[in-house]
Amino acid sequence: MYSPTILIEAMINGLLTGAIYALIALGLTLVYGVLHIINFAHGAILASAMFAVWGLNVLAGVDPYLAILLLAPVFFCLGYGVQRLVIGPAAKGDDGNILLITLGLSIFIENALLAGFGSDTRSISSDFSFAVVEAGPFLISSPRLVGFAGSLIVTAILWFIMSRTDAGKAIRAVAREKLGASLMGIDVGHVYAVTFGLGCAALAVAAGLLMPTFYVNPRVGGAFVNIAFTIVVLGGMGSIPGAMIGGLLIGLVESLSGLLLGESLGQIGIFIIFILVLLLKPTGLFGAKA
Amino acid sequence: MKLVETHLNRRTILKGGAAALATLSAPAVLRAAEPAPIKVGILQPVTGALAQDGEYGRLGAELAIEDINKAGGIKSLGGAKLQMVFGDARSNPEAGTQEVERMQEEGVVAVVGGFASPICLAASQAASRYDLPYLVDVGVSDQITGRGLKNTFRFAPGFSICTAAAIQNLVRINEAAGKPAKTVALVHEDGLFGSGLAKLMATELPKYGFEILEQIAVPTPSRDLSNVVLRLRSLNPDLIIPSTYYGETVLLARTMQQQRVRPKAVYAVLNGAASNRRFVAEFPEAAEGVMDCNHWYDPRNERSKAVQARVEAAGKPYNYNIPLNYSSVGLLADALERAGAAERGKVIEALNTSTFKEHLMPYGETKFVNGQNMGAAPVSTQVQKGAIRVVYPGDFADAKPMFPANG
Amino acid sequence: MRFSGYIPILVVTAALAVVPLVFSSNSLFNFMVMSLIITLAAQGWNILGGVAGQTSFGHALFFGVGCYTAAMLQFHFGVNAWLAFLLAVAAGAAAGFILGFLSFRAGLRGSYFALITLAFAELMRILANASDWTGGAAGLLLKLNPGFSNMQFESRASFLWLALAFVFIGLVISRAIAGSRFGAQLVAVRENEDAARALGVDVLSVKLKAISLSGAITAAAGVLYVQNFLYIDANIGFGVWISIEALLAPLVGGRGLVLGPLIGTFTLHGLGELTKSFAGRIPGIDLMVFAVVLIGVVAFASGGVLGLLRRFAPRLARRIAV
Repeated sequence: MYSPTILIEAMINGLLTGAIYALIALGLTLVYGVLHIINFAHGAILASAMFAVWGLNVLAGVDPYLAILLLAPVFFCLGYGVQRLVIGPAAKGDDGNILLITLGLSIFIENALLAGFGSDTRSISSDFSFAVVEAGPFLISSPRLVGFAGSLIVTAILWFIMSRTDAGKAIRAVAREKLGASLMGIDVGHVYAVTFGLGCAALAVAAGLLMPTFYVNPRVGGAFVNIAFTIVVLGGMGSIPGAMIGGLLIGLVESLSGLLLGESLGQIGIFIIFILVLLLKPTGLFGAKA
Repeated sequence: MKLVETHLNRRTILKGGAAALATLSAPAVLRAAEPAPIKVGILQPVTGALAQDGEYGRLGAELAIEDINKAGGIKSLGGAKLQMVFGDARSNPEAGTQEVERMQEEGVVAVVGGFASPICLAASQAASRYDLPYLVDVGVSDQITGRGLKNTFRFAPGFSICTAAAIQNLVRINEAAGKPAKTVALVHEDGLFGSGLAKLMATELPKYGFEILEQIAVPTPSRDLSNVVLRLRSLNPDLIIPSTYYGETVLLARTMQQQRVRPKAVYAVLNGAASNRRFVAEFPEAAEGVMDCNHWYDPRNERSKAVQARVEAAGKPYNYNIPLNYSSVGLLADALERAGAAERGKVIEALNTSTFKEHLMPYGETKFVNGQNMGAAPVSTQVQKGAIRVVYPGDFADAKPMFPANG
Repeated sequence: MRFSGYIPILVVTAALAVVPLVFSSNSLFNFMVMSLIITLAAQGWNILGGVAGQTSFGHALFFGVGCYTAAMLQFHFGVNAWLAFLLAVAAGAAAGFILGFLSFRAGLRGSYFALITLAFAELMRILANASDWTGGAAGLLLKLNPGFSNMQFESRASFLWLALAFVFIGLVISRAIAGSRFGAQLVAVRENEDAARALGVDVLSVKLKAISLSGAITAAAGVLYVQNFLYIDANIGFGVWISIEALLAPLVGGRGLVLGPLIGTFTLHGLGELTKSFAGRIPGIDLMVFAVVLIGVVAFASGGVLGLLRRFAPRLARRIAV
């Protein structure tokens, strides 16, 4: 058995990682909650955001955290455009079509990255990447602490937008009753695109927070997508606080089951939670009724 | 320069096919001054998960073909040039098989490459239907040459040769340094070679007095290795043996550096990064002192140095895929030379009797037994002052091992 | 009318069956074999996802169960390949029943059902990758031993005919369902589950039958894969790729239609081969073209290839689309 110090440190690690997972899941849950689609291109968009962070750093020496300020609006616009110009018109409201189109988008983006950047695994190395905060017997990675804080801030901002602003109200109205909202004069297509844009902006933030400690290659998104799905389900599809708490929980479970069962089999813990939640409480912790 | 004939249109196929027929049937004297090119299938995964390795493999094969052609082609065939027929295995066995079928139709005399074991297994089997010689470049699975396929050859060492050598080298290095390392932690990817390797290490190393503290399997891709490092920190082993792919090794090394885990040595086996120049260039501090038992070129070989210079002039790292594919194509050219005909049966015969020495690897004479080159062996390398050096065996070494690595 | 509904199936099958007699390109045969294996997997998906409207993201579960059952029975116990095939199909049906029993009873529909299938497939992938029985990460390699009794064939054409025979059976089953009471019940469940229940349809039982049949057919595709490549590992058997292939084909070809999976697979794979010629020196370009065409097909041909046909050749479409 492990000493309490190790268990506690593993839990801290789990929470820090979980916050980043939550940030990635945020975009997914937002898009699901409003558009009712499962966005297969999520991982590929994350990968492109990570490449953007990497590129800005290598070519222009932009700090990854600074890059977020630039990339979040850019990715918002990109997401807005993709939904407005590609997914929306091509899908014509059919679920099967949306599935195919987001799948097609992910193939396109992933291979565009491959063609543009090659398949090499790249990473950013700066002194800050290796910085630690010493707290008693624990060595806590500074970039991951920043990631944790960043993730909480973004969640709070999104939550504020959704619950306190007019745009948020429109989004929620569309999520609840599309037809009714459009009768009230809400431009549903615009709301969809804004939502998709917000999801992409969240990914850009996640990319900036991840790059100091992670690496990027065209297929990197795949590593995070399954876990994001689990978090979305656990937190309740469409719920922003659900995504955050779900992310932290999953991070914790992954960390502890990885420690106790081994990293490889530890992944099973996540899927078992996933399956149990679906079978026992498919609306998740905070989800509205299905 | 037109080295790459990735996709031929129908007319060239017909022309090429007819020309190849003419080459086969016409007696040597009657052949035209410019004999038809000999088509060689180069199979690499250049899209999908393994694209990075596939690109290096293709580069190695291209350079070899360029050099062979410049040196006058296959002399026993009237100076016939080699022509590459490239196939993208798309990182999966189905696509590998499909490309072998296409190469077969384009009339290649042999196929070189595959990189990953599953692709090599499927592709060599597809080739065996046509008695098409298949030269595995990297794929280490013992099953590849253990199936009794007459067409399949592997120039590089397979899994059991690599692990046996890895253990022997480690034991010798440790003994020479006065046995500073006693306890071991194994970190391995949970895929094909990682888990097999760990199993073998866990049974073999105790025989030499090592104590295995822990075996930690990590999935590919891993998102976070903090906990692995946490365990390593609490176990405090003398020796950490990581067998992981590139991304995971980067994560592991970075996290170890951050968490100040400094074992006496990191001795990797068939690692995806520890003998990758990009890794050493990007993380000089984390990489310093890391040892790896892996495929590696012969650092004293003059021709290898020349190839390395060309690769680096093109801004690419000289990773082991390049000399391995370069050498495999050279091996094929040598077999063609001795076979005196671009016929599959004769090429297979020539490969079986091969004593090929003009390769870039730290191997002796090539000698195939059941398709495996028994002259092949991996070497132990170490990152010293930002360069990857061969430290064992002494015959090929260009540096002495620093063991323990931290003073 | 009863028999005439099968005429398109016979025509298509016959047309595919003569290919090896007319052409001699093994590359073509190999392409067709792989496409037929995918078609079969997609036919399984289509019964559940197309006809009964229960979208699955995890048909790799059934494909992998088929692969591993056939491979393990032969590898560990030396069971005859054909017997192993039958048992693998039964195992696929059982896997379908268990998954259906758990998830349909819990009332999972739509995205929730889709996600749980994905989760089960991933769970199996991790287990198959870790267990000694399945050969772990090294996978299982079957002995190359051509002969009818081993379900291995020297010539590509023979294997093509074998795969085609299975696809033909799949087509006949799909067609028979389409014209049956069971089929009508499936459609009723797809269109409106509550209404179907009100009409006296035993929704759970109908869905369970559909998922068991679906699992069995997709497992058969897994067996064909193993018999063709003689090698299986966790990422092939339970990997996401086959889940996507199995769902992509019917959606592109025409969801819920008898010929949808066949037309979809050949369209997609044909497209894939065509775009390979764009590959050139830079990897990825061909798949980018593939993706653009895929999105274009969806955007401009809703209802799949058969939907397109319906618009431009309504008479032909009526004849083949059931």
